[in-house]
Amino acid sequence: MKPADTLLTPRPARERVRDASARSAVTVAGLIGLVALAGVAVFLGVEGWPGLTARTGLPLQAANFWALAWPLAFGSFWAAVLGLGLAVPVAIGVALAQTWYVPRWAGRFLGATFDILAAIPSVVYGLWGLMIIAPRLAPVYAWLGAHLSWCPLFAGPPSASGRTILTAALVLAVMVLPVMAALCREVFAQTPRTTVEAALALGATRWEVIRLAVWPTGKAGVVSGAMLGFGRAVGETMVTAMVISPAPFLVGFGLINSTNPNTIAAFIAQTFPESHGVEVATLLALGLVLFVITFVVNVVARRIVRATGGRV
Amino acid sequence: MTALAGRPAGVSTRRRLTDHVATVAAWAAFAAAAIPLVSLLVTVVTRGLARLDMTFFTSSMRGIVGAGGGAAHALWGTVLVTLAATAISVPIGVGTAVYLVEYGRPVLSRLLWFLVDVMTGLPSVVAGLAAYALIVMVVGPGARSGLAGAIALSLLMIPVVVKSSAEMLRLVPTDLREAATGLGASRPAVIATVGLPAARPGIVAGVMLGVGRIIGETAPLLLVAGFTDSLNLNLTTGRMATLPVYIYSQWQNKGADQAAYDNRAWTAALVLIGLVLLFSLAARLLGRLLAPTSLKG
Amino acid sequence: MTFELALRAPELTGAGHGRDDTANHRLAVVGLTASYGRSPAITEVSLSLESRSVTAFIGPSGCGKSTLLRTFNRLHEVTPGARVTGAVRLDGIDLYDPRVDPVTVRRRIGMVFQRPNPFPTLSIRDNVLAGIRLQYRRLRPSGADELVEAMLTAVGLWDEVKDCLGRPGISLSGGQQQRLCIARVIAVAPDVILMDEPCSSLDPVSTAAIEELMVNLGRDYTVVVVTHNLQQAARVSRKTAFFTVAGAGEPGRLVEYGDTAGLFSAPSKAQTADYLAGRFG
Repeated sequence: MKPADTLLTPRPARERVRDASARSAVTVAGLIGLVALAGVAVFLGVEGWPGLTARTGLPLQAANFWALAWPLAFGSFWAAVLGLGLAVPVAIGVALAQTWYVPRWAGRFLGATFDILAAIPSVVYGLWGLMIIAPRLAPVYAWLGAHLSWCPLFAGPPSASGRTILTAALVLAVMVLPVMAALCREVFAQTPRTTVEAALALGATRWEVIRLAVWPTGKAGVVSGAMLGFGRAVGETMVTAMVISPAPFLVGFGLINSTNPNTIAAFIAQTFPESHGVEVATLLALGLVLFVITFVVNVVARRIVRATGGRV
Repeated sequence: MTALAGRPAGVSTRRRLTDHVATVAAWAAFAAAAIPLVSLLVTVVTRGLARLDMTFFTSSMRGIVGAGGGAAHALWGTVLVTLAATAISVPIGVGTAVYLVEYGRPVLSRLLWFLVDVMTGLPSVVAGLAAYALIVMVVGPGARSGLAGAIALSLLMIPVVVKSSAEMLRLVPTDLREAATGLGASRPAVIATVGLPAARPGIVAGVMLGVGRIIGETAPLLLVAGFTDSLNLNLTTGRMATLPVYIYSQWQNKGADQAAYDNRAWTAALVLIGLVLLFSLAARLLGRLLAPTSLKG
Repeated sequence: MTFELALRAPELTGAGHGRDDTANHRLAVVGLTASYGRSPAITEVSLSLESRSVTAFIGPSGCGKSTLLRTFNRLHEVTPGARVTGAVRLDGIDLYDPRVDPVTVRRRIGMVFQRPNPFPTLSIRDNVLAGIRLQYRRLRPSGADELVEAMLTAVGLWDEVKDCLGRPGISLSGGQQQRLCIARVIAVAPDVILMDEPCSSLDPVSTAAIEELMVNLGRDYTVVVVTHNLQQAARVSRKTAFFTVAGAGEPGRLVEYGDTAGLFSAPSKAQTADYLAGRFG
């Protein structure tokens, strides 16, 4: 065999088959991955369509899909907003405390605790909120109801069990706190060392350094982190399903009432096991609504991340 | 800046006060974070110990009303469903990552990246519904099984595996790829003999991370794997109990002897957290132990 | 000399495609332009390399000499957006002919890189055999042992590593690693060996060992060495090509190509003389 021939001679058939099959195996895996991920919306849309259009047979005897979906979507948003409203300031404070204020060992202790807490399943948070937190908050709610009922947030008969949307939001806040605090710490750590030193050299106090150097560079990261946390909280199922004591079709801002709005995710989890026919289709369509909400939130959050050049 | 430079002689009272307030606020945030976290951990451990006995691991809930019984069936269910989900997710996830890094056409891979990114934030209950809808489309309505649960969980696990694997494959040094390519290796041979071995530790750690994410998932399993009091080792037929759903149902369907149900729920929570921590610890150890030595070069 | 014995025993190399020692392994470049995206890194190069001898490519950094080298084994095109026009002929066949498989090209034309890059997960022995495995070729176990010994002997590494063949390839020193990489290349019995600044990350002693190896390899292979080191080019090569670049963003061009001795003692172009005198680059 002349070398001149071998350059033009194809590689052995066995070798080419082997390469081609490896390549197609990978491509098939990629396609399955694509179909599985893109399919979520499709599967839900196809099977949930009857629920979107049905007039009878819906869960809770709802008049139509949107009559059912709107209060639940409100509940999901309200719980997530409350949860984030509690978690974000604390997360920022913790991140600043860890880097600027508390001794190293304390910061490290909290970091390790956060690592464990980030791994705890949501059903355990639900159990904790329901059995430990709710009963302790009930007297607080009673006090709030007695003294602050002029404020619409604390109006109405306070819950005796403590299983209100505020309790759920509190548990949600604890749940998203580890991730958000870690994120804040990361973006604050990106403050250029030289900027910090320049501010300190000018005689700035710690707080002034934070306000002038750390916060401006970290702001966008905190916002997108909060968005990601919101995406998680809005779709969280077990905590709201276990903690909130819901009333059907309720839309209201009351934080301490014995009747509370339910969330989409919790409603699905509570209703699905005993559902049939149109009810199932309705729940699938509700799932699609929740999917669209979290999808939008996640996309926007990632846009912000990319726009600010950060990595989350 | 003028405010800072304005009084070289010392720090004004107002500035000092603001700094003190900020310090107190930071400490308060620190405490506000630490208290619930410690409470949660202490509660789970102390209340979980009540039923941490042999029966809990050897007995199911079949025919049990009130005290006694255990979570053997749920433990087995969790093991089986998690294994099945891993078996589905790893080939698809790693294959997708290889496709993305090595073969991806610009448009398709950008779409795939976007999906993987967004699907990382998929609410687990939606994954359960999607798996249910998929199974209804293929098999027919009403089917609940361990396998259905595994499919739902793999929707959550695939993005994690794809992400971590793709990141590791991208870190494989160019000079190693070129060394193999220059030796006359075809693309698949380069991937199989250089890319995947170098990325393996990271891929393994990513898989463990994915297992850690799904092993505690409740909502999807509640929807599609269902719940039962008896041991079921068959993934394809019949409802299958899992630990997270067990916790939920102990609370949801309490009998007269409430304490017995509560105790079982807490013990199951303790065992579940133990499992999750085991996996995240293993993932971290593997990541730390294996990565530096085998990616050097 | 054991070295030559090893190199002249192609049956030992287990080469599936039957390295033909009677062929010329003549490499010819015709009107070649290589670009990254829209901007050419080197343009309009034509030269014919002498077979079974060492040719050196010299020139200031950015003149595209490494890029040119990487077009010879079609490694340039692996970079996204990289393009090549013109022809590179090995014994008359254009490597860029659509019928030619780039993988086959790389099996005939081996490459040694700037930084030693043994496979980190493989032992010394398996690094030598890596090319064989990567090409899906099989060896009898005894054949593998013979091949490992012959190749490590050929690069002067056998005595240093024969007792620790199972240790990872990256446990060796930089110079040893580079020799291991050369052993890995000659184990697959190529016709041409490309070397992209193979000594630039090595100490002087290791450099001397590699240079000696280059001279020896030149007796059996068509060797092309890209180097920054003019003395090295003068020491090891029979012919030298000098490239230069007009400025940043401009493509590199071939200025002069001829016998090394002649080019260094009496360059025919002023640019070459200036470069050799250290006036730029």
